Amino acid sequence: MEEFSHPYEKFLRKDRIPHIWCEGCGNGIILNCFARALEELSIDLDKVVVVSGIGCIGRISGYTNTDSFHTTHGRPIAFATGVKLANPELKVVVISGDGDLFAIGGNHFIHAARRNLDLQVICANNFIYGMTGGQYGPTTPLDTWTTTTPHGNIEQAFNLVHLAAACGAVYVARWTTLHTRWLTESIKKALQKEGFSFIEVVSQCPELFGRYNKMETAIKMMQWFKEASEVQHFSDPAKAEITSNRITVGEFVDIEKPSYGRLLREMKARIREKK
Amino acid sequence: MPTTVSVKKTNVVHSGQRFISGDIACAEGALTAGCRFFAGYPITPATEIAEHMARRLPEIDGVYIQMEDEIGSMAAVIGASYAGVKSMTATSGPGFSLMMENIGLAVMTETPCVIVNVMRGGPSTGQPTMPGQQDVMQARWGSHGDYEIIALTPSSVQEMFDLTIQAFNLAETYRVPVFVLADEIVGHMWERVTIPEADSIKIVNRKKPTAPRNNQFAPFMPTEDLVPPMAVFGEGYHFHATGLTHDERGYPRTDSAEAQTRLVQRLCDKIRKNKDRIIRVENAMLEDAEVAVVAYGISARAALSAVRKARAKGIKAGLLRPITIWPFPEEPVAQLAKRVKAIVVPEMNCGQIVHEVERAAKETTVTFLPKLGEEPHKPDEILEAIEEVIE
Repeated sequence: MEEFSHPYEKFLRKDRIPHIWCEGCGNGIILNCFARALEELSIDLDKVVVVSGIGCIGRISGYTNTDSFHTTHGRPIAFATGVKLANPELKVVVISGDGDLFAIGGNHFIHAARRNLDLQVICANNFIYGMTGGQYGPTTPLDTWTTTTPHGNIEQAFNLVHLAAACGAVYVARWTTLHTRWLTESIKKALQKEGFSFIEVVSQCPELFGRYNKMETAIKMMQWFKEASEVQHFSDPAKAEITSNRITVGEFVDIEKPSYGRLLREMKARIREKK
Repeated sequence: MPTTVSVKKTNVVHSGQRFISGDIACAEGALTAGCRFFAGYPITPATEIAEHMARRLPEIDGVYIQMEDEIGSMAAVIGASYAGVKSMTATSGPGFSLMMENIGLAVMTETPCVIVNVMRGGPSTGQPTMPGQQDVMQARWGSHGDYEIIALTPSSVQEMFDLTIQAFNLAETYRVPVFVLADEIVGHMWERVTIPEADSIKIVNRKKPTAPRNNQFAPFMPTEDLVPPMAVFGEGYHFHATGLTHDERGYPRTDSAEAQTRLVQRLCDKIRKNKDRIIRVENAMLEDAEVAVVAYGISARAALSAVRKARAKGIKAGLLRPITIWPFPEEPVAQLAKRVKAIVVPEMNCGQIVHEVERAAKETTVTFLPKLGEEPHKPDEILEAIEEVIE
């Protein structure tokens, strides 16, 4: 029998497959788009570092055939900060979840964006803590049911693209797992951009979010994405809250601003000249 | 470290006689050891280390970054080390507490790095400008899970320089986070320091893997000394590291008792089995001593003075000073206990290392001298205790 070979298998640690993600999970789609972006840009994989935190998507660093590090909960951006500043030749990509990046790791996100570090952050937003069994998190929509909002969620959700834009990210985009071509193009753009880029990927967790909110299959969740999403480039991120009937997707920010890395290089050069 | 800029040795190592503070000596020691990355957060009484690093590091092609908190500082330090650069942070009690999470990650991922804790009075915000030795047990046990740790306790400005270099050497040798446990007095005190010529200072660098760069590479395969050679990012190994229990490939093994035992036992054993190489103590006037003081850090200076005063009075007193406080020098203390009638332990806390001394010195009376607040023990207080126990 002919051996099965995946078109992007060189981007994967084959000995780690099968992965731990549930049937219908959106994480595989994100991994696929990331691999495709690396392939289309012909990036030297020796110089790519994938950093992730804790949670379902956090396992992604174990599947990419690059140098990779699975940090403590909430700390991938802070870890990546050390990597990038110590060796600026590396392309350091953080791929993690909404709880990891915006609850326990929120402080690191806002300051990395403010510093305009040369990092690319991709957030799989599945609206809940999946790994621990479906508790509500910082992006859980109002009124939804999770295992820790058994009477309905009364917390307001973060609008991640608005947050990223306000913190100073030079590139901000949002897609869903349905928008694979757009998402791949966005990842490519982010990988080539100087400074801090942020891409939110609205992703389905049929097992622990969908099932309790009348969308018990991946198809039903993606049906929601399809019906609710509207591509609108450079719309006001402040008005892009995710609701049950509207998910604004597209690029929100694409600006030029000197990165921390550039300013650091320039500072060092000035010091050398003075001596 | 990937760099295009050449830096003169004399710009790095400021050889000669210097009159500097303990915090500055610590920073100079780090630079001498090859540290080129500092991530930290301002905190009294360790801030001067950060300030000195902020000035010096960019001059020698290094990086200083002030993070948003100590959690992030410790994470960045680990990241820099995995990118191939010797890295450190410096803090005090409250920041040390926040670092505990990622100190565990450094232990688990075998990351060489140095953490300086210039101890002040606690608990909580406590007394930021006052000395303390209240974090010694936190240094040993502060992060969750089972592990062994190395901690050094300088008692002079010279030692802030020397032991910071040693901390880096130990970190690189054993692939572990190493603590420099100083205190406010040692950190803020100004003394004369001799900085030797760069070439005469022993610097250790982590051993590198020689295995081929292919998909069979095992980044956590130890050599005979139980320490795996360290691949770093960007070398083409495409390796994975995780805070989860993992095998030699670095792959998660979250449901195997065998994998958990193999990994955690080795992490402990690489320190335990190398104890004799790691532990350093200093003995003073112990040859014929009938009573001994066991003291570390700033307390050891008052203790030495007390021992001299006791000798002047005809009392056969001596001092054992652990330079390495973790792993605790059990054997030297046990040997000492067999020879002396009593041991006195002065500490700037309510009783921490004294319990280790008691454990090691089973058959000897151990007297504890606590001290809290602004000043260290007075030599006469220790002398009084020596006189009491000898009676």
